[in-house]
Amino acid sequence: MNAAYNAPLDAELFPEGLSRCSLKKFLIWLLPVSLVLLWGLYAAFKVLSTGLGVTGLDDYFGFGLWITFDLAVIALGAGAFFTGLLRYILNIDPLKNIINLAVIVGFICYSGAMLVLVLDIGQPLRAWFGYWHANVHSMLTEVIFCITCYCIVLVIEYIPLALEQRQLNRIPFLRILAHNLHVFMPLFAGIGAFLSTFHQGSLGGMYGVMFGRPYAFREGFFIWPWTFFLFVLSAVGSGPVFTVLVASLMEKITGRKLVSWEIKSIMGKIAGTMLCVYIFFKFLDTWWWIADSLPKAGMSFDQMFHGWVYGKWLMVMELFVCGLVPCVLLVKKSLRDRPALFYLAALLDCAGIVINRYVMTVQTLAMPVMPFDQWVVYTPNWVEWAASLLVVAYGAVTLSFSYRYLPVFPQEKELNRE
Amino acid sequence: MTTELKKFRIRWGMVIDVDKCTGCGACMVACQAENNVPPENTSNRRKSLNWLLVYELSNGKSFPGHDLAYLPRPCQQCGTYPCASVCPVIATDKNEEGGIVSQIYPRCIGCRYCMAACPYHARYFNWRDPVWPAGMEKNLSPDVSVRPRGVVEKCSFCHHRFMQAKDKARVEERDIFDLEDGEYVTACAESCPNGAIVFGDLNNPKHRAHDLAASPQAFRLLERLGTDPQVYYLSRREWVRAQGDNRLPDEGNRG
Repeated sequence: MNAAYNAPLDAELFPEGLSRCSLKKFLIWLLPVSLVLLWGLYAAFKVLSTGLGVTGLDDYFGFGLWITFDLAVIALGAGAFFTGLLRYILNIDPLKNIINLAVIVGFICYSGAMLVLVLDIGQPLRAWFGYWHANVHSMLTEVIFCITCYCIVLVIEYIPLALEQRQLNRIPFLRILAHNLHVFMPLFAGIGAFLSTFHQGSLGGMYGVMFGRPYAFREGFFIWPWTFFLFVLSAVGSGPVFTVLVASLMEKITGRKLVSWEIKSIMGKIAGTMLCVYIFFKFLDTWWWIADSLPKAGMSFDQMFHGWVYGKWLMVMELFVCGLVPCVLLVKKSLRDRPALFYLAALLDCAGIVINRYVMTVQTLAMPVMPFDQWVVYTPNWVEWAASLLVVAYGAVTLSFSYRYLPVFPQEKELNRE
Repeated sequence: MTTELKKFRIRWGMVIDVDKCTGCGACMVACQAENNVPPENTSNRRKSLNWLLVYELSNGKSFPGHDLAYLPRPCQQCGTYPCASVCPVIATDKNEEGGIVSQIYPRCIGCRYCMAACPYHARYFNWRDPVWPAGMEKNLSPDVSVRPRGVVEKCSFCHHRFMQAKDKARVEERDIFDLEDGEYVTACAESCPNGAIVFGDLNNPKHRAHDLAASPQAFRLLERLGTDPQVYYLSRREWVRAQGDNRLPDEGNRG
């Protein structure tokens, strides 16, 4: 009886056999997160009620922080589809210990990106035109198709986990539904992998096809520019370690072990291997861009950079510091097994992919193509930052509730045995 | 990877004599008034709407070698368009005889991908709802729809004037695809005090624009990117022609 008196108010909702902090502590944690959420909602209201004039975007920078943020979270959320592919299709069994988190992170990333897109397009009520008046020649059409469909797949993948909540799972219908969804999970993992591969690629293809923009334009294979393949590879090279970083951050916040080092190491190895493949092709692509694509457009490598804001240091960071270095650290076992180096590599890996998405979005537009035009600098304003942080706060809330009430980490009980 | 070039029997185009342009801006004003483009309601020039924008070009030399030129830039109505091919909802297209790149405002979702793809900065976004000073709304043209916030717009070569010219030809039982030179002209061409802008069918030998576009002094903007613009520029000054396209130091200047 004493134990029951000491238990948090909502203890009956916790996963079987696991302890959580008090409800008061949980609500205190949610307070600052909610403040950020409210700030973001206010920014969203400003945008939807008065138009995009309140943002820092302009006619030179039609794409800015929001598109960079979208591309970055969609790449980092690739852990969901790639881990799902490896777990359910290729049967790499140990990944079952992190697949739930990968799905939740993927769901947050994709639904968050769609939330930002609602703000970013000028006529959100016409978003469905992407299906109704589809231009099959546009990479963006493919992105609209696949992102919306894949978001639905992620919801379907999330549902069985939500139904495993202790009280819900007592209801026979929901228990059976969850079980049956689990049985069909390889099918959804397959669909997810297909959809995700294509839209990750099409996001890259969006830039590669812009033949009026020498910074982004690339030749390619059939209808796909090389950026199509590079975006897929960079997403699978960073998504798995992003999931590990989220798991580790949750461990720091909760003070409990959630995923064993062995699993983290496997995820690191997978991401590192894919990152190596990506970096190899990225170097080839960069070389061909400098040697062939740019001269064809009458431009030189030096013309692609300007001052400090759009300087060459970004490229050095992307390709070497955040590209080659994490490759070595993640692939070599002796280095990967040292936690400090592992986390450093994971952070650099994710940072490199964010830099890539940033330069492909912003530097592409900042660079003057007409010889008499000039470089212009883009600075996002508070509305754009607030709306982006809205997604981060939304992610924190979703993860907090999922962790508190759902059996997200199969190893948690075993790793925290006293 | 690039869009296929569409062939048309008629190809409406402009030939702009840069040497005749004084940068007075009459073309910009005429364009704004003709096409119901709202006046600036922002201090940020990169958020204001200018279907036609006059750029100032400099040869970069100091006095006495210094020289200036003014280059009006409407939509280039590219033959191989970078913009329409990327639009996810076919809100912009080039499928009507005449080769004018259309913009369908009620269909545009405002994603601005076309703006990112256009190297000429010829596309503009309605960042806010359009506002006209009191009384000025009475002067709006009934021939051109007013655009709401959240959609992209651009120069249409005064497409409504093309429609009117075709209607007139139909009434007179003439071939609508064989309009006389000057029967359909844009507001900017009409308003230029120096006659720097010549508008006509680039495929029709009876039109002045056809001959001028073939001049050895004619050039197009960013031609090597493969956009095949329908706007030509003329200049007798080599440095002006050189600024029409990007060239590597070892390639030398054209013209």
